[in-house]
Amino acid sequence: MSPELLVKFSIVILILPLLSFITLIFLGRRMSRQGDWLATFILFACLGLSLVVMYQKLTAFGEPLRFSFSWVDFGNVPLIGQMQIQLGMMIDNLSAIMVVVVCIVSSLVHLFSIGYMKGDVRYSRYFAYLGLFTFSMLMIVLTDNFFTIYVGWELVGICSYLLIGHWYEKKSASDAAKKAFIVNRIGDIGMFTGILILYRTFHTFGFTEIFSAIGAGRLPMGSEAWLTASGILIFCGAVGKSAQFPLHVWLPDAMEGPTPVSALIHAATMVAAGVYLIARTFPMMTATALMTIAYIGAVTAFISATIAIAQNDIKKVLAYSTISQLGYMVMGLGVGAYTAGFFHLVTHAMFKAGLFLGSGSVIHAMHHALHKKGDHHTDPQDIRNMGGLRDKMPITYFTFLMFTLAISGVPLTSGFLSKDEILAGTLAFGGLTGHYLIPVIGFLVAGLTAFYMFRLVILTFLGKHSAEGRSTDIHESPITMTLPLVVFAVFSFFAWFSFNPVSASTGWFHRAIERPPSVVPAALQAAETETFAEAMHASHFTAMALSLTVAGIGILLAFATYKWKKISADSLAERFGGIYKFVLNKWYFDELYGAVAVGGTLALSRVLRWFDINVIDGLVNGSASWTKAVVFGYSEHAKEKKVSASVFLFGGTFVSVLVAFWTGEWFWTQNSVFTGLIAALVSGGLTFFFFWSGAGGFDKHIVDGAVNGVGYFSGFFGVLLRKVQTGRVQTYIVFVLLGIMVLFFVFR
Amino acid sequence: MQVGLSHFLIISAILFSFGIYAVITRKNAILVLMGIELILNSANINFIAFTRFSTAKLDGQAIAVFVILLAAAEAAIALAIVLNIYNKFKTVNVDEISNLKE
Repeated sequence: MSPELLVKFSIVILILPLLSFITLIFLGRRMSRQGDWLATFILFACLGLSLVVMYQKLTAFGEPLRFSFSWVDFGNVPLIGQMQIQLGMMIDNLSAIMVVVVCIVSSLVHLFSIGYMKGDVRYSRYFAYLGLFTFSMLMIVLTDNFFTIYVGWELVGICSYLLIGHWYEKKSASDAAKKAFIVNRIGDIGMFTGILILYRTFHTFGFTEIFSAIGAGRLPMGSEAWLTASGILIFCGAVGKSAQFPLHVWLPDAMEGPTPVSALIHAATMVAAGVYLIARTFPMMTATALMTIAYIGAVTAFISATIAIAQNDIKKVLAYSTISQLGYMVMGLGVGAYTAGFFHLVTHAMFKAGLFLGSGSVIHAMHHALHKKGDHHTDPQDIRNMGGLRDKMPITYFTFLMFTLAISGVPLTSGFLSKDEILAGTLAFGGLTGHYLIPVIGFLVAGLTAFYMFRLVILTFLGKHSAEGRSTDIHESPITMTLPLVVFAVFSFFAWFSFNPVSASTGWFHRAIERPPSVVPAALQAAETETFAEAMHASHFTAMALSLTVAGIGILLAFATYKWKKISADSLAERFGGIYKFVLNKWYFDELYGAVAVGGTLALSRVLRWFDINVIDGLVNGSASWTKAVVFGYSEHAKEKKVSASVFLFGGTFVSVLVAFWTGEWFWTQNSVFTGLIAALVSGGLTFFFFWSGAGGFDKHIVDGAVNGVGYFSGFFGVLLRKVQTGRVQTYIVFVLLGIMVLFFVFR
Repeated sequence: MQVGLSHFLIISAILFSFGIYAVITRKNAILVLMGIELILNSANINFIAFTRFSTAKLDGQAIAVFVILLAAAEAAIALAIVLNIYNKFKTVNVDEISNLKE
């Protein structure tokens, strides 16, 4: 297969979901079954093509394949120089694998949605948005430059907004959509600034061009600090999209959207785009930038894992678990375990999409059971209202258990392989740099993850159902919903990634994804690939033993607390009431942001309002009331016939002359005759003006004069120009001819 | 005597001046239109002359064909307008058709 054909294939993969969007948004309502079959078929076609592309790329081509064209050429722009925007695609191993991940998840989510969204008010629009999202996500993955990645970045943002707010009649859903959109913009501003810094120096958006320029010794704005800054700023985009601390607050709220959307966008693909961005820009990250990334990831993983323990909404638990796992990936990339970080992205996409679809299946069943009972008060997503679903929904239960095992890092699962690698990477990082806080957090979070995931499984599926009589109405979901679950469960086994169940380093994945060489100056680089790989290899078994131990402890604790009831969760919550409340309320992040951002804006507005009322209005009203006072004061006198206007003016003139005389004389004696004369004129004039305007002269002559003057002026010219407007076209031609002749003689 | 570019330009300028003169002085609308035709054709002569005496290939001829086409269209529409005006006012004298004035 030739490289050109492979590139054509990827263009087809990119365009097909867009076609699905365009067809469904315009014709969806008129098609049979509202066009869901078309969207699903198109996505499965994409999946087939992407598998071909990945297989060919991994087996036949070593070098990245590129295809680019010049989009616009502004030529030589002043202040910037040559400005040309190249667009293009790049297929390397990273993007080939990522395309397959996106297509698998997207196609299975399409299939699942047929069952889950059945009878929805905006059924065809939902599928149209899924198509648009897949298109934008593939655009991020397949591009070879920062420009298109930014366009795709914003497009997935708007798709996320549209799909979170799919049920916009619900206030909480439309609020959550707005929150997601706004919080993402904060991160995107950083990414945009970073891209601009790079463009300012390199005059290109291409990844390869920028990296080779940095590798050749050219630094952004000529300084190393700017290189670190641009790295961290681009990472800001990932912080927003991948819901990293401190911008993680939008993702839990985003669970207001339909559950398949949470699986596709907010678990497997869009939020992983941030991790993908870090992997893409990895070569230009300096040691400082990577350290920042690692710490942000670790803090995120820890905070959200603690919050996940106390949540009762099945989707909220999964949302915080997603944030925590994304923190893991970011941390993995930050410490330099590039392959492990991206590996975890892939395995996590499979089992977390499965977890969300599984929870969707549970919610679907609960919703129908409650609906049948006519119960509209019980929350179908609250795990306290569930329990004992194992016998009613066996397929959902066993697949859900498989995903839970994978996310907890139990051996023989894909999650075990990838998680272990990240933990080994953090240990190696700790050993090389002395930052031992990161591996400590890593292992702690691994234990917490196992605990809260098994808490979820036990409370949802095991034990007895919480309400008598309801469980008879709960049934397994239709085949369109269980089939994707089974497929994802199959993909959560280790054998797909490596035939060795304890280490992935011999598998195809590790051969395909290698850490790219850093291009930053040697003094700024993190530990070299060889050194790091050695340290990682050395700590591999330590990491495995430790992670197995903490995962085991976590699972045991979960069973002890929620199954065997040896430990009472309620009494613990009571004993550690402060911590429990703190964690239950999500570390009060929303309240903090509410106080700082919203409160700050309100306070600023209040200050500006005060300024407007007192200073600006004061100036305007003050001048008006002065004029009013003087004018009315005079007219009062006129009415009472105490003094007539002429007497008032005469008196005013007299006072003015006196004032002029005194000031003039004073200045004369102090200074010279000349200054005396000027002072006399100025002070006398001002005094007279005061009286004159008091008598209404200012209003009458200057204000009215200006208005009337404009009218008179236009009237005068109107009369004048009227004579020229004969209405005879032939005369006009003569004028035009004269004008051209004049211009000709002026400019010849 | 060798015929050069300037001869063509002079012819064209004379034609142009005749056209302008006709447009300005004639009262009859049809004669004004004829003046416009003269102006257009003087421009055509310029186009073709410049093409002939420069390295351009057939650019001027192509534009001249365009101009002829446009002139035909313009004549058709303008004569239709003149006909309608004659039906309404019983005159084609451009001085007397001044209803839109004031």
